[in-house]
Amino acid sequence: MSDIGFVRTEMLPEQDPPASEVGIIGWARHNLFSSWFNSILTIASFTAVYFVLAAIVPWILSPTWDGTSLSNCRETLAAAGHGDAHGACWGVIKERWVQLIFGFYPSHLYWRPVAAFVLLGAALAPVLFSDRVPSKMLIFSALYPFIFPWLLWGGTIWMPIAALAGFVIGGLVYKFAAEALSTLLGVILGVAAALVWWMLLAAPVSGALDSILPIGIEAVESRKFGGFMLSVTIGVVAIACSLPIGIVLALGRQSDLLIVKYICVGFIEFIRGVPLITLLFVASTLLNIFMPPGTNFDIILRVLIMVTLFASAYMAEVIRGGLAALPRGQYEGADSLGLNYWQAQRLIIMPQALKISIPGIVSTFIGVFKDTTLVSIIGLLDPLGLSNAIRADANWNGIVWELYGFIALLFFVFCFSMSRYSMYLERKLQTGHR
Amino acid sequence: MSELMTDRQIDRSKMQVSDEVAIEISNMNKWYGSFHVLRDINLTVNQGERIVIAGPSGSGKSTLIRCLNALEEHQQGRIEVDGTVLSNDLKNIDKIRSEVGMVFQHFNLFPHLSILENCTLAPIWVRKTPKKEAEERAMHFLEKVKIPEQADKYPGQLSGGQQQRVAIARSLCMMPRIMLFDEPTSALDPEMIKEVLDTMIELAEEGMTMLCVTHEMGFARQVANRVIFMDAGQIVEQNEPEEFFNNPKSERTKLFLSQILGH
Ligand SMILES: Nc1ncnc2c1ncn2[C@@H]1O[C@H](COP(=O)(O)OP(=O)(O)O)[C@@H](O)[C@H]1O
Ligand SMILES: [Mg+2]
Repeated sequence: MSDIGFVRTEMLPEQDPPASEVGIIGWARHNLFSSWFNSILTIASFTAVYFVLAAIVPWILSPTWDGTSLSNCRETLAAAGHGDAHGACWGVIKERWVQLIFGFYPSHLYWRPVAAFVLLGAALAPVLFSDRVPSKMLIFSALYPFIFPWLLWGGTIWMPIAALAGFVIGGLVYKFAAEALSTLLGVILGVAAALVWWMLLAAPVSGALDSILPIGIEAVESRKFGGFMLSVTIGVVAIACSLPIGIVLALGRQSDLLIVKYICVGFIEFIRGVPLITLLFVASTLLNIFMPPGTNFDIILRVLIMVTLFASAYMAEVIRGGLAALPRGQYEGADSLGLNYWQAQRLIIMPQALKISIPGIVSTFIGVFKDTTLVSIIGLLDPLGLSNAIRADANWNGIVWELYGFIALLFFVFCFSMSRYSMYLERKLQTGHR
Repeated sequence: MSELMTDRQIDRSKMQVSDEVAIEISNMNKWYGSFHVLRDINLTVNQGERIVIAGPSGSGKSTLIRCLNALEEHQQGRIEVDGTVLSNDLKNIDKIRSEVGMVFQHFNLFPHLSILENCTLAPIWVRKTPKKEAEERAMHFLEKVKIPEQADKYPGQLSGGQQQRVAIARSLCMMPRIMLFDEPTSALDPEMIKEVLDTMIELAEEGMTMLCVTHEMGFARQVANRVIFMDAGQIVEQNEPEEFFNNPKSERTKLFLSQILGH
């Protein structure tokens, strides 16, 4: 008889894991004290965290919310027994937070930016959470780009309607030209018609309509814009425009048409090779030289264009990375089924390329949003620009950390949400291992 | 490489070759840069033919069948597929592609779409079939390839054999008159090869015109009505399977067969 043969007659029942593996003790043993080296690291980290918190928490918990000036804060702190007046002076935030958010926007019109950003949420919802929000809301999302500037800048309602009409005109021209001639000619003629409308006709037509039927809200000049509202405006516009432009640039860069390809490559490489600050200076000063004298080209619009172009170039490269990661078989699969170029791009290639690129895209978004603070250098009063203005006030001369801390908190909330959203999206789009 | 691959009886009643020409290739040449990859190809395929293309790796088999639906461009000669001449006209190319189904070695399913969406995409967008009808047809073909229960899953959740059957169903949903297969079983584990071959046999039994690049010589013997042997970008020999396997004429063919069949 042999010792090798073995037949199990009874299957083993499932057992609970030993106590040292479960619960808090098990968790701590696994994650904090799994070896003597890890134990030392754990203890050292806890100590470091303790000292940092011990320094910061008392500073934050300072009873100075009612302070009216820096010296006033110091007195309050001394009275409360904070040694050598160590503590934050929150009075400045309480006094100036409205300004940090709205800049010099007329206070009786604050409802307009508030409404604009609340509606922004409503417009984004069907885009960001397509599975939970009815897709009919997308109609509102499509109209929102026209409502948004009108709410912020005000003026006659005919202007956004005229801008919208440009798309309708372009679309109609495309439809008829594409049927009568060819798709390509249709696209060219449609774009040309829309451009002619916007450049030459939209302003006089909306002016004429306004003189017949003046409907509008109080206009607000760009120089009154400021604060976090300005950052969000620039950030949102640059983010929203850079994604489609970036997609077009990335596709153009891969195009078989050499002219298209080299225009895209040239644009991307030029923009990426130049610091954003330079572009902003061009926007703020140099552009005036090239403009015919007397033209009034809104400074915020100029900045918006520059930041958008800057973001688009980066976006194009991020998306190109996603395109390059797609196996050739995906193009062939789409081709072999008879899908044309645009169908293949829209239905097969882009959804996957964008999905692969989500982390890079969101990083670019976050970067762009934070880069909006650079506009303070050309004199726009974004939160950082305002913080300098606030320090120029004799009452608050010398205050630094409180302002920067508050501004940092505002930016952090936005950037962190974007980052979380991207992780949610990646999880949602996960369709099994490939 | 297996000799025998199916135990089932093949129903030959509908496997009829008609006089109607499905594909006509005359004096076709193709270069990759300066590399002459296809040389003077002449081939006429009739409606209902089941052709197996064999040959050593790099001999141009894939390139040849990819030229038939313009995944590759040919530089000289004439290709006529289902009455349409392949030219640079994009409309012709899209028309031919929607008439000719293609199954790839690596399936090329769309991983971001469910199985059902993979199958309905092209009918909806290319053929403008109403969604409901497209879905019914997709389910019909998924049943045919015996995986209707996977319709809501994603390609990444299926085994290789299942994915390849979905790829076949996806092509069939376009109601093609001709099917091209480029080594459909080469990327599969042995136990999955049979399920894909069975699907292909069923197609053949229904009278589909098929061009298969494959190393499954059992399939060639049992299903093909013609075997084409390619080497160095040329058609070296073609014949009925019995003749081709039992009585090869060319030295190259003999060498290839001895290697692949291990005699
Ligand atoms: N895109 C390409 N560019 C250049 N050479 C290629 C390309 N695709 C294939 N080839 C070459 O063409 C020859 C034929 O390839 P292929 O048709 O794939 O062969 P087979 O399918 O018979 O193995 C091979 O030598 C291969 O290296
Ligand atoms: Mg091949």
